[in-house]
Amino acid sequence: MWVYEKKLQYPVRVSKCDPQMAKLLIEQYGGADGELAAALRYLNQRYTLPDRVIGLLTDIGTEEFAHLEMIATMVYKLTKDVTPMQLREAGLGGHFADHGYDLYPHNAAGTPFMAPYFAAKGDPITDLYEDIAAEEKARATYQWLIEMTDDVDLQDSLKFLRQREVIHAIRFREAVEILKEYNDTQRVF
Amino acid sequence: MDQTQWRFYETYRSPYDPCPPLEPKRFIVPPNQYIVFQPENLPQCTPMQALQLGTLWPVLYSPYDHGDWRG
Repeated sequence: MWVYEKKLQYPVRVSKCDPQMAKLLIEQYGGADGELAAALRYLNQRYTLPDRVIGLLTDIGTEEFAHLEMIATMVYKLTKDVTPMQLREAGLGGHFADHGYDLYPHNAAGTPFMAPYFAAKGDPITDLYEDIAAEEKARATYQWLIEMTDDVDLQDSLKFLRQREVIHAIRFREAVEILKEYNDTQRVF
Repeated sequence: MDQTQWRFYETYRSPYDPCPPLEPKRFIVPPNQYIVFQPENLPQCTPMQALQLGTLWPVLYSPYDHGDWRG
């Protein structure tokens, strides 16, 4: 169960009317290393992991949904006041033809979100390494996005998200260490 | 053209929105939404009109005309 707070995790301000950026940001919405994939990956994996790290997966998976909202807000702000012809000029003609002004979970190249994005291998170490890699890939994606805009306000929100990916990767690395030790300790049932 | 088929609504406008406003938002409710069971003996178009409009019954026709998006 979740408790919803009707506010963003971190403020999202967009200062430049740049609908083309929405087409790039959507990568973090419905892409392979995006926030939706991350949230579902962790919240799905947590059931079968050793219980010492389940809470971590719950917390990070939940935070990814908060990030998903931030990305959605950015995309919405960048597209809501733009005419269909302007969307077409920005390279969003295909999106508008399919979805109108709605957001849709697909990547920057237009491939729809796919369930294989949230990998689950059933081996705790393997799953956690998958998660570390996912966080690092998301961090790299945010870096590319930051480099593709000169809107300092948008950059500010993206930098927050980039930093959170770093923190998540560190937490997952710690989880691996916890599981290594867990393996070494003698347990009597 | 028939403006009564359009519904308009306003969305939250932030003082920091990046693009100039494109308001109000709108969507169409075409007349077939109100004719759930089509009655018999409705007035019909001439064959030429029907070909042009794509329907035999004028009450089912929607021009989808909303003018300019910036309007």
